[in-house]
Amino acid sequence: MATTAEVLVTGGKTYNDINEDVARPLESFPTKKWWICFSVALVFLCVGLASWTKEFTTGIGVWGLNHPGGWGTDITNFVFWVGIGHAGTLISAILFLFRQKWRTGINRSAEAMTIFAVICALLVVLTHTGRPWYAAFWLLPYPNQRQLWVNFRSPLLWDVFAVSTYFTISLIFWFVGLVPDLASIRDRATNKIRKTIYTILSLGWRGSNKNWLHYETAYMLFAGLSTPLVLSVHSVVSFDFAVSQLPGWHTTIFPPYFVAGAIFSGFAMVVTLLVIMREMFGFKNYITLDHLEKMNKVILGTGMIVGYAYACEFFIAWYSGSPFERGAFLNRMFGPYWWSYWIMVSCNVLSPQIFWFRSMRRNIGVMFVISLYVNIGMYFERFVIIVTSLHRDFLPSSWDMYVPTFWEWGIFVGTLGVFFTLFLLFVRFLPAIAMGEVKSVMPSPKEGGHHS
Amino acid sequence: MTSHSSERTAPLKAVVGFFDNPEDIMTGMKTVRAANFEQFDAYTPFPVHGLDEVQGLKKSWIPWVTLALGMSGTSIAFVMQYWMSHEWPHIIGGKPFNSWPAFVPIMFELTILLAGISTFVALLISCGFPNIKKKIFDPSITNNKFAIAIEEPVKAKSGFKLFSESEAIQVLKTAGAKDVRAVIQEGWFS
Repeated sequence: MATTAEVLVTGGKTYNDINEDVARPLESFPTKKWWICFSVALVFLCVGLASWTKEFTTGIGVWGLNHPGGWGTDITNFVFWVGIGHAGTLISAILFLFRQKWRTGINRSAEAMTIFAVICALLVVLTHTGRPWYAAFWLLPYPNQRQLWVNFRSPLLWDVFAVSTYFTISLIFWFVGLVPDLASIRDRATNKIRKTIYTILSLGWRGSNKNWLHYETAYMLFAGLSTPLVLSVHSVVSFDFAVSQLPGWHTTIFPPYFVAGAIFSGFAMVVTLLVIMREMFGFKNYITLDHLEKMNKVILGTGMIVGYAYACEFFIAWYSGSPFERGAFLNRMFGPYWWSYWIMVSCNVLSPQIFWFRSMRRNIGVMFVISLYVNIGMYFERFVIIVTSLHRDFLPSSWDMYVPTFWEWGIFVGTLGVFFTLFLLFVRFLPAIAMGEVKSVMPSPKEGGHHS
Repeated sequence: MTSHSSERTAPLKAVVGFFDNPEDIMTGMKTVRAANFEQFDAYTPFPVHGLDEVQGLKKSWIPWVTLALGMSGTSIAFVMQYWMSHEWPHIIGGKPFNSWPAFVPIMFELTILLAGISTFVALLISCGFPNIKKKIFDPSITNNKFAIAIEEPVKAKSGFKLFSESEAIQVLKTAGAKDVRAVIQEGWFS
């Protein structure tokens, strides 16, 4: 209520101002800045399309994968994108259950980011099968004449169920949250076609309290379902590694370590996007420095959990007494891929330490750079886990190097293109701030004195 | 105003009163509820907490659907995996065919999937979405106005005050509405 000291919206905004400010980017021709960003995103997307075309027409032999490195940037990309998605669900579901009112300014865009990141993950993981048009037959249990079924004891199959459930539930949650705001956009529309489109999208929402009652119940249920779901998804992704026997993968710390890393990387991506978005669309009164500071605190906290996990893994490798475990971890630090390990440590563990200082947590330039470092660091974390563990296992006779080719990097660039293209279209066509939710945490015009 | 058989074709009437803030609609709702009309509802840009009790709304039934379908998801996933593992028996890692601990992740995922999808469907049904027949009373309701509408029921029930435009206007004015209008319920595309 209005008695709380916390100011979530600055600038003395009224209810009407929120509608005006949030709808402005949707109702005007995109700015030059938007077109520049969109063009760059489209170029990235084209690089990806070319790389995928090359892969489909020639085969996955165009990648650097071979024995023993059967997984490389393909699975690195997958884990990277699924991880990024987790921050959106954390903000929309877990912070909702904990009644964190500051989530209202950022939850819409963070959820959108989740959807787009999971789309990228699904694209990568389907195309890494080489012939994705057959993937449905390999991955899903479906009745067939030969009575063959999938192997339910494989973590890779658990992944199929986990990621597809995650995508479906996140999409529903996001859409349900959008409905009242789509109605606001509809009610402002003057153009007939525009009005019709938003009327259909808003499902004919009219703000009835009888509807709000069911709506709020359903919203809370979605939050309650998404919370264990998001924790399960990255745990299941970590099982892809942890269930195997390979030194460096075979560790019980993986599920919590992966979940913390996912939230860490996702929050960094949210900061990257929000810093640009609030600048581009003038949302500075809704996404305030207080919001960003809170996110930087989460980055600092989860970054240290990740750092602790790195240390713990090393300790256990030494304490296990197994020469293979010890070898795998020494190889990470000082082997041929030493540079990727040290990029990971410096970006993920050292760089966020600057957030101990309040002035740094509230400095836009600093947080933007650190968020990029964390994104890079978390990409290399997955690269380190996958590549350094695979390239040297038990028998030195089967050791080999893995070098990603141009087409593999092309696909990574392509996923960046998909992600940013979708995000830029989102801010152009859908309300990027949850108007209804922001209004509900503002002081009432009666008490706050700002008469609308 | 004629009606063929029991179906009504004439548009229904309603009286809408507008308020400026959540506090005023709360006090106004008490007056409107006491007037004992059959059909009345609040229309607000965001959920106003505590208004449900004042309006006398019962709790939503959606959680029961979520629970039932969630539990079905768990069972379906277990039965599916158990049956398929026997249907095509393979020894993997020396484990028995019914190695149920390995089935837990998919049981969990299908629980969430079915619970989530059914919650969404239940939400659509409970709110009557997609709603084509009832247009919003005023565009300001999704912006900054809070409204109470007293609506003409399709078929009047006994035990309630009979709908009358003048009386409804009077009640809303007493309730403190700033602006009271008599309107006709239109559809979105009519």
